[in-house]
Amino acid sequence: MKTYECDVVVVGAGPGGSMAAKFCAEGGLDTILIEKKAEVGAPLRCAEGVSKKWLEEVGIALDPLWIRADMIGAVIKSPDGTQFKLDESKAGTEVGYVLERHLFDKALARDAVAAGSKLMMRTSCTGVIREGGRVVGIKVKSMGEEAEIRAKAIVAADGYESQVGRWAGIDTNVKLNDLNSCIQYRMVNCDADMEYCEFIIGRSIAPGGYLWIFPKGNGVANVGIGVMGPLCKGGEPKEYLDRFLAIDPRFKDSQAVEVAAGFVSTCPGLDCAVDDNIILVGDAARIIDPLTGGGICHACRTGMYAGKVLVEAAAKGDFSKASLMPYEKMWRDRMEDKLYRNWMAKERLAELDDETINELVRLISTSDIEEVNVYNLLKTVKEKFPKVVEGFEHLI
Amino acid sequence: MIVNYDKCLHCGGCAGSCPKNAIFLNDYILVFNDDCNRCGRCVRLCPVQALALEARA
Repeated sequence: MKTYECDVVVVGAGPGGSMAAKFCAEGGLDTILIEKKAEVGAPLRCAEGVSKKWLEEVGIALDPLWIRADMIGAVIKSPDGTQFKLDESKAGTEVGYVLERHLFDKALARDAVAAGSKLMMRTSCTGVIREGGRVVGIKVKSMGEEAEIRAKAIVAADGYESQVGRWAGIDTNVKLNDLNSCIQYRMVNCDADMEYCEFIIGRSIAPGGYLWIFPKGNGVANVGIGVMGPLCKGGEPKEYLDRFLAIDPRFKDSQAVEVAAGFVSTCPGLDCAVDDNIILVGDAARIIDPLTGGGICHACRTGMYAGKVLVEAAAKGDFSKASLMPYEKMWRDRMEDKLYRNWMAKERLAELDDETINELVRLISTSDIEEVNVYNLLKTVKEKFPKVVEGFEHLI
Repeated sequence: MIVNYDKCLHCGGCAGSCPKNAIFLNDYILVFNDDCNRCGRCVRLCPVQALALEARA
């Protein structure tokens, strides 16, 4: 059996994995990035919407190659059609781009390679190697051949499946309430507004989640739905999405050219995303915005933090949990409050019936909010519907 | 576990949701190991109803 030796092995070449590999390699670490699939960034498991501000924070330069559409605003709709339209001047940080994920992911993988990381395609992790109670590498199947990759540290960037962490002994199990089952069609020839992202909330439309329409220009849009775990009895996501598309006139002459499914966790992140010789990033660490399901910026941030911390750990020659703990502090300092606040908001929104959602959206659409973001929206809700924010008022 | 591969979209959602880590998605197929305790979580969560529990032997 072939054996590879390196400083850091990164499992999964999504945004989190590629960012981690890039920062490790830039810091002089011998880095191997592995990708299970035959293509980086495909097949799609994403609605492709991102906000704008964080890209600079993680050092990603804008490239028209992977920006499919630039949004000028967002629309939030309730089941009775009440809508709240916000344009860029008011939407601030919450509105952004619709990406071309298969190109975005490849651009980040390219950056990792340019920094010196190796990239092994069609290489899936099948287990971890333990010696003397420590994780010393991973078992892989690479292009059909079994092999071992021995490393001082592992970055688990294996997404929602999150199996590497579990094999290494970290509990990444998610409560039923904290997961969303999603399906999405890429619709063509539709009549949706090509400059606004649309979010439709309410139990009759998307139980415990929301339905999205993210336009990609030229009559193309990602239309998808997420349904909260406990409200799934069997096949609901597809049923609700099909029902919506059959009724909404904008999709009368439209057909799907791509079908994608995927899950998102909607908890505020793992209790601890590091252990001896291992760091979990992005979806694998369950670090996703629990309200929007947005995970790309979180994956990129945590990937960057993981890379930086591993470079420091290498300088000390210490990859123990204690040595990797700065990673935990970095992501919590940056994101924990918001993740927790949005998790609470998600829990409460899921309890509301259609009537209340209609009222909520009507209220928001008639209030004068300076800059619209989740924080300000919750602040307005707090004034008029204090019950909705009970228990996390202190974060608003 | 019965997988209907005509419906399955290989999203890996069942694998990530399994409380026993008993489901593994390789390149093309789902592999179930002996840790499966028939809790049925994957069956109810699958967005396209591609999974079903086998009748007990």
